[in-house]
Amino acid sequence: MVSGLINANPVVYEKKERRQRPASISDADEYSAEAIDQLEVDIKDPEHPYSLEELKVISEDAIEVDDRRSYVRVTFTPTVEHCSMATVIGLCLRVKLMRSLPSRYKVDIRVAPGTHATEAAVNKQLNDKERIAAALENPNLVDMVDECLAPSYA
Amino acid sequence: MAEASQFNRHIESYVDVSRSSAQQGASLDAIISLLKNDVVTIALLVRDMDMYLTTADNVIRARGILLLGETLMQLHSKPLENSTVHSLITFFTDRLADWRALRGAVVGCLALIRRKSFGVVSADDAVAVARSYVQHLQVQSLAQHDRKLCFELLECLLERHSHVVTSVQDHDFVYGILAAIDGEKDPQCLMLTFHIVELLVKAYPHSSGPVSSYISDIFSILGCYFPIHFTHPTTEGTDVTKDDLSTALMMAFAATPLFEPFAVPLLLEKLSSSLPSAKVDSLKSLNYCATKYGTDRMGKHAKAIWSSLKDTIYATGPEPPSSFSLDSQDAMENEIPTEAFGLLEKMISLDNGPFVSLITSDEDINTVFNTISSYNSYDKIPLHNKRRLLVIGHILYVSAQSSVSSCQKIVECFLPRLMEGLELSLDSTSSHLCNSNENGVLSRRTNFGSLYLSIELLKACRDLRISKEDLVCRINSQNDTWCCLLQRVCGPLSETFSSFLEKNEPANDDYLCLAVKGLQVLALLPGGNLLISNSTFEVILGKLVSVVLEDFNKIYLWRLALKALVDIGRFIENFDEVDKEMRYINVVVEKFAHLVSSTEFDLPLRLKLEALSNVGRSSLKYMIQILLKLEEVITTNLIAIYVEGNITLAKTTSQLLECYSTELIPWMQNNEGSEEMLLRFADSIWKTIESLPLTVCVNNKELLDAMIKVMKLAVACCGVESQNLIVNKAYSPFSSIISFPIPLEEFKLTQEIDKLSNRDDLVLSLFASVVIGLHPQAEVPNLRSIAHVFRVFFLKGNVIAAQAYGSMVNKLNPKSSVTETLEVFTLEQAIDMIFSKDSLDSFDDAITGLAWIGKGLLMRGHERVKDIVMLLLKCLLEYGKTSSLPLKQYSSDNCLEANECFPSVAESAADAFQILVRDSDLCLNREFHAMVRPLYKQRFFSIMMPLLESLIVNSESPLSRCLVYRAFGHVISETPLVAILNDAKKLVSLLVNGMSMLSNYASEKDGLYSLLLVLSGILTDNTGQEAVIENAHIIVNCLVQLIGYPHRMLVRETAIQCLTAMSQLPYTKIYPRRIQVLQAVSKALDDPKRVVRQEAVKCRQAWASIA
Repeated sequence: MVSGLINANPVVYEKKERRQRPASISDADEYSAEAIDQLEVDIKDPEHPYSLEELKVISEDAIEVDDRRSYVRVTFTPTVEHCSMATVIGLCLRVKLMRSLPSRYKVDIRVAPGTHATEAAVNKQLNDKERIAAALENPNLVDMVDECLAPSYA
Repeated sequence: MAEASQFNRHIESYVDVSRSSAQQGASLDAIISLLKNDVVTIALLVRDMDMYLTTADNVIRARGILLLGETLMQLHSKPLENSTVHSLITFFTDRLADWRALRGAVVGCLALIRRKSFGVVSADDAVAVARSYVQHLQVQSLAQHDRKLCFELLECLLERHSHVVTSVQDHDFVYGILAAIDGEKDPQCLMLTFHIVELLVKAYPHSSGPVSSYISDIFSILGCYFPIHFTHPTTEGTDVTKDDLSTALMMAFAATPLFEPFAVPLLLEKLSSSLPSAKVDSLKSLNYCATKYGTDRMGKHAKAIWSSLKDTIYATGPEPPSSFSLDSQDAMENEIPTEAFGLLEKMISLDNGPFVSLITSDEDINTVFNTISSYNSYDKIPLHNKRRLLVIGHILYVSAQSSVSSCQKIVECFLPRLMEGLELSLDSTSSHLCNSNENGVLSRRTNFGSLYLSIELLKACRDLRISKEDLVCRINSQNDTWCCLLQRVCGPLSETFSSFLEKNEPANDDYLCLAVKGLQVLALLPGGNLLISNSTFEVILGKLVSVVLEDFNKIYLWRLALKALVDIGRFIENFDEVDKEMRYINVVVEKFAHLVSSTEFDLPLRLKLEALSNVGRSSLKYMIQILLKLEEVITTNLIAIYVEGNITLAKTTSQLLECYSTELIPWMQNNEGSEEMLLRFADSIWKTIESLPLTVCVNNKELLDAMIKVMKLAVACCGVESQNLIVNKAYSPFSSIISFPIPLEEFKLTQEIDKLSNRDDLVLSLFASVVIGLHPQAEVPNLRSIAHVFRVFFLKGNVIAAQAYGSMVNKLNPKSSVTETLEVFTLEQAIDMIFSKDSLDSFDDAITGLAWIGKGLLMRGHERVKDIVMLLLKCLLEYGKTSSLPLKQYSSDNCLEANECFPSVAESAADAFQILVRDSDLCLNREFHAMVRPLYKQRFFSIMMPLLESLIVNSESPLSRCLVYRAFGHVISETPLVAILNDAKKLVSLLVNGMSMLSNYASEKDGLYSLLLVLSGILTDNTGQEAVIENAHIIVNCLVQLIGYPHRMLVRETAIQCLTAMSQLPYTKIYPRRIQVLQAVSKALDDPKRVVRQEAVKCRQAWASIA
């Protein structure tokens, strides 16, 4: 275990205003479908009591959803280049998406190009379902992930 | 003797430290009750405790003394002999030196000194306590609770025996107090500390007293607490808040004027701090202290106070709005400026001479005055100056309106300069500038700032009078220069403002708003026609009226002008200015009233009515004018519609009626003296109706509904007397219908009355609405035949007749005729007649009417409601089971599937239950004076449940079962949740079955949703959860089914929410269902609606995490 925090003083950004969606709960469009176009992201950082959005690790623009082709791609930006938490963040994102999306979706999670030292390795690890399944067998990891995800269910 | 041994045991138990605190408390209570009941005496207690009080064991001695102290604390109202008190207080005073057993001694002293009667501590003893206190106690080295007790003792000493301060000579008492309180940090102790200081300095207010030499020391201890910064949450057991502390400290500061040299500079210094709460606190404290310190002392600081006040106001004043027309001038909701202006007002009212001259000679203000005249419009003023302008406007306003003399000074100083800026001549010879040449000069040289400031000044003059009535005589008698100034200014200013509102002036919005505001202020100036001549007043009103009539495109301006007019109207009314009132009525009210009928202006009718009702609501006198006009227009329109067949007026008239019932009647309800108008209105409507010819060809549903509504409300708002008059008036046209004898038995034969003439329909409906609005005490002539007519028409499907009949049944005195009426009319007979009729056009309506009658009976708690219910159920089953009976013809496109079309009669029978239980605003409610028996819904629920339950079990066809469920849904969703929870166990299975039944029919989505809401109510309640636990599996099954319900999003959403709530149930009950729920919810993740998906995510998480 590394002693001390990896990024002790992260820059905290203000949360960006989310895109406004037309609120339509009237009976008129009872049968019209509202496409899945955005994901609620309130995941806590594994190190700090801030949400990933506040640290600009992920932003709304970095999430690409294609409802028709059932495809999601999330690109996230670790706060520092050598951040060893990148895999944990990625794991949180994946678990959150697994729990929130219908099973028809294919989820692709990537580190933003050029923002991490071991980019390729992390990407490979995050998109390998065997390794994800193995990680979720580890009770310590599951606890950590659950803790990070807790605010997103509030 | 047994008691004595008991007594000793209690003492032992209390002193024994190994016992639990509950035991100790119990034995203390026992000892106290023995003492209170005089079973033992204090003397005996002390004698028995002898050993405990004097032992060398510190712990036991401490407990013993504490026991004595606590006991005395509880016996505060028990009479004690003075000698006993003396010996006890001597003992405790002595014990104050014993630091190991201190608490008991302090408690004992406190208990004795607090005694108000029946044995009090003598003055000498109090001095002894004080001496011992100073000598022995090191308060700051004690723990928090002990410190608090010590401070309480000190507070009590100062309150009761303030002489101790001078009597304790050998050890300086004041010094002792200071040592005790210095450096205190606990909030509760601080509250006491502040109070102690307040008491101490208040006891010796003179500069030669014993306290005076310590004043600076006292303040240095006190001052370091200011400003209070205290952010602890109140949940931590302490009930002291920051506000309490601030107030206590403020009281301490203001306790003596001797603090003035120290306090005012400190407060001013803190005023410049950047902490907002510090600013607020120091402003509040300055304000409070100013009153206590007095004029002379505060006068020394006037300059300093003014300069820091000014800075504060500049720094914290509101942001100037980007456009003047958008602003909300009175938006001073920010606390700092509010407090600052409060202080300003206080300072001026304290001594208005020097402080006002500070303002008048202030450089900043003068600079602003010099610069504003160079800007023509609001937009062009730089932001920095805009803010200054607004702030100075408010400063001038506040300082001018705080007293007469300050107003005089400020007006005299600033008004001439403003007029100069506007190039208005103040030459007394030409006080009115009305020639066109000078007018032209005016409009070129107008500048926004000067106008704005003059409005603020005039506003101050206006508000001054409102608070001080006697100023009027002052103006009348004394020819003050400032009054003359005002007098000369008003005319030209009103002309300037009016010129902005001229159509040909291309003024921008800022100027228009300014003009409206200015005119409003001018119109409200005090002094009758002294300042504002009557003709000017009329011109002002005329201008505002023309804005309302023509400028409806600029809705902000329009509202502003209307509000100005309403304010003026209200003001005139309040101050009883007869002269102006007459003019107001002439210019404003009559013009507006005229609006309704004229087509001259293209103001939309909606706005016309808004203007009308707003002006009317400002005073009863105007309202009467407007009502008269409105009434006239309505009656003429009615005649035009019904006699001449001018159908185009119908829409306008129904809008007028609507306005009458929704805007004017509610106002009249709250204002005395308008009943007459309602009576008049109802009367003239009936007169009109009477005058109609027998054949009326117009039948307009919308108009009729509006008339029914207004008639119901008008009658309901009248008193019993007037109602009697209206009924009598209405009876004569109505009796023409009655005059045809329509015996019930021959109902089948009288086919000719099947079709009512339009006129009779009108009369019947209006008479029915009169009856709906009646008081129970009102007298109705010829009750029996009226009831008869209503009955006949209700059977023919006239719903309003049914409502009126229901109201009659509900309100009539049970002893007189209601029972009789009901006997003459047997329901079975009626229903037979309904069934035997050939044409079934009005069949559904008859059932609905039956429900209204049932509602009337139900609300008063009459037995016969059961008959009606049985009848409805019979209908429901008879028609529900087979479709061979006559049905309303469904068009083929209306009927989606064969099983989705219910026989309409059965359907309306099921919906009749909704009418029975749901509160209605049409009739039979409090507003229409219905008799409502308490808990009638609960009673109905308990009658209905067994009936419906057996019907559900026994019904053969799924269709009729579904309809019974629908009725069940209506009943249960209107019943209060408390009643449902009592029967929750039985109901849950019924509910669940009902939901799975109803979910098969798309048309039943409302019923399904209301059942689901009831279930969720049961789920979220603690008592309901027991029932849920027993039936967990069937509920889960049902909810899982509903997750996929295609016809309504709310059903899916609520079902998922219910499931989420169920995840809180005991583990053993829900774990077996986990897989089932998770599978169902994961399907909902792909729901077309976002809300449902979000709920599904939460639900999935909740169920996933129970493993």
